[in-house]
Amino acid sequence: MSDNKKKWFTLNLNSKHKQTSSSCGCGKTSGGCNSHQPKKEELSNDAFFEAAVDASIGDERHKDGFDQVFDVKMDRRSAFKKLTASLLIGAGAAASCTSVTSSSESKEKAQIDWEEQFKGNYKLMDDKEKSATVDRLVRSYQLRTGKNINMSSKNAEEDVLFGYAFNISKCQGYMDCVSACVEENNQDRNSEMQYIRIHEMKDGKGFNFNEADDNYYHEVPAEGHFYMGTQCFHCDNPPCVEVCPVQATWREEDGLVVVDYDWCVGCRYCMAACPYDGRRFNWSKPEVPEEEINKNQHYLGNRMRKKGVMEKCTFCVQRSRAGKNPACVEACPTGARIFGNLLDPNSTIRWVLENKKVFRLKEDLGTEPKFWYFMD
Amino acid sequence: MKTLKVFGSLIKDSLDTITKGSKTYHLWMGFLTLIMLIGMYCYSIQLDQGLSVTGMTDRVSWGLYISNFTFLVGVAAAAVMLVMPTYVLKDIDFKQAVLIGEGLAVAALIMCLAFVVADMGGPSVLWHMLPGIGVFNFPNSMLTWDVIALNGYLFINISIPLYILFRHYQGKESKKSVYLPGALISVFWAVGIHLVTAFLYQGLQARPFWNNALLGPRFLASAFAAGPALIILVLAIIRGFTDFKIEDKTIKKIALVVTVAAQVNIIMLVSELFKEFYAPTHHSESAYYLFFGLDGKTALLPWIWTAISMNVLATVILTFHKLRNNLNVLYFACILLFVAIWIEKGFGLIVPGFIPGPYGKIAEYTPTGIEIGVTLGIWAMGALIFTVLARTAIGIETGKLRYKK
Repeated sequence: MSDNKKKWFTLNLNSKHKQTSSSCGCGKTSGGCNSHQPKKEELSNDAFFEAAVDASIGDERHKDGFDQVFDVKMDRRSAFKKLTASLLIGAGAAASCTSVTSSSESKEKAQIDWEEQFKGNYKLMDDKEKSATVDRLVRSYQLRTGKNINMSSKNAEEDVLFGYAFNISKCQGYMDCVSACVEENNQDRNSEMQYIRIHEMKDGKGFNFNEADDNYYHEVPAEGHFYMGTQCFHCDNPPCVEVCPVQATWREEDGLVVVDYDWCVGCRYCMAACPYDGRRFNWSKPEVPEEEINKNQHYLGNRMRKKGVMEKCTFCVQRSRAGKNPACVEACPTGARIFGNLLDPNSTIRWVLENKKVFRLKEDLGTEPKFWYFMD
Repeated sequence: MKTLKVFGSLIKDSLDTITKGSKTYHLWMGFLTLIMLIGMYCYSIQLDQGLSVTGMTDRVSWGLYISNFTFLVGVAAAAVMLVMPTYVLKDIDFKQAVLIGEGLAVAALIMCLAFVVADMGGPSVLWHMLPGIGVFNFPNSMLTWDVIALNGYLFINISIPLYILFRHYQGKESKKSVYLPGALISVFWAVGIHLVTAFLYQGLQARPFWNNALLGPRFLASAFAAGPALIILVLAIIRGFTDFKIEDKTIKKIALVVTVAAQVNIIMLVSELFKEFYAPTHHSESAYYLFFGLDGKTALLPWIWTAISMNVLATVILTFHKLRNNLNVLYFACILLFVAIWIEKGFGLIVPGFIPGPYGKIAEYTPTGIEIGVTLGIWAMGALIFTVLARTAIGIETGKLRYKK
């Protein structure tokens, strides 16, 4: 299995090579990673539903990413049907029309598309609207693929402020965090998007990022080198949030800097404003093979993105708000990564901040990152 | 009601004028249309496949589109150098040129908006930016300031000439009390659009190459050089192809504006270079990349040195009265200056902002064919809009277009 161990950092960045084997890509060498369990049981249970969906939306099921939810190819007839349905809904006649469209499913799909297209900014929604859009997205995915996803709209908890610490002495550059992050957060596989960069630095040169390599491909730890990871630092004073013209990105109460993928207009001003290389853009349609999709999602986190929008590390909001560590912390084999609640005096992160000599990158910019580095 | 009728007649007459003309004119319009169609085809590919068809990446996330946008804001702002003398200082020598200048501003602004839209990842959700329906992050985001500044300036530059031409079309004189307040506002607004656009970059602490107090003033200086230089060239063409009277005196006066602006621009360039290279810091790396290359990556070198030599040569030519007063030499200097500033304030400014990256990564940027196609298409659209506007304005001003009761 280790032969097939998938890495997201091959040298050929433009390769369109797709993973076809069903080997586990989570980086674990023994045991299961739970993402590739045989799904036979489910299949038999849902066989009837599957067949029904197959018959109606057959080829739409093989699409990936946002396509599965919205960008549905249609022939002229069904396009016309949808248009009719949308118009009727738009006119408020949805309740009274019963037999204009042949299937109630396509009518439902059209209604969901319509409401999703014209919904507001998630940041300004109340809890009811938040759960409504999440329900729509879950239902839409179900209608299109026949599979169920679990999407949360959980808000920040009180008295929680997330922080992160990175032990430079421990990191060996294995990049298991990078793989785990890609798996967890459903990043585009074609462009090999990664939120985390591991910089390989030369001993004796200090923190010299200029001479560091953040795209290495050799056995680690390399002689005479040390390693340092960067990702979004979830600044307390984030420049990216200030510059967004539509408030599609903001700082949540628990300190997470998040993006509403459906509200982003894709101007990339935030990307220019970020001093830490923390933001990524979907230059083309993001694609994740159906069997690799992490179905445990959060609206602000790892749900499917579309082309032309920004995304970034959210400290795995789907995990951290459920009381778990982010995927990178869990995957790190050396224990270099520490995550926790800064407001909890008994948390490990607080112990690190109080007992280690910690520092942050580019503190002179006044961004107040919540990501500290330290050494043993 | 009567106004509407006259307006309808104006539209009809103007349509009539712009669709008729000499063979050269038809060839020109046909050529522009062809380039526009190619641009639209390229844009359709971009819409379909996403911005991955451009040369932009996560490392260099703005490219040719934003470069051209930045430059054209300057061209638009330059109209003020004609508006102020004509309407406010009552210098009659500028009177013939001012409508042309405003037409140029309108075309440049529409091109600016087109470049911004072309750069957007989600043009279909641009309504998110509309105040009222969407969320407008004002005053925090400089981009929202820019939206207001550009659209406001577009409105002013459409309404003033429209009013004046509309009066002249009916054979009446335009009333000063109506257009003077607008002209006064537009003077300040023009400075505003370019400063706000500079602040868009200047306000980013993440990019030391832009985070520089001289950026705004230098934007203005280069804009007031490149914009009027383009106006001189356009006036020269109009003089050659139509019977619209433009005095030598007018062109020479505009040339003086160009000269002073170009000189100030050079002084600021020297100041910038001194700061970057006399005591180079970590923050000078982008400038090093731009002028000398870093780590063997030298993509911008030929461009920037061409721009600097053209810029210096043009400024020297313009500085000598004898050379400047020879119109053919003047036109040559204007071409040099325009191209030089297009390079310098275009990708000479935008691309090095991203190189080296936040962690020192040097990844170069080369525009793709599709990107260049879209860019040329937008320039062709601008030229087409300007031709249409100028032809109508000239028709009215020369008295060929008149409202028939």
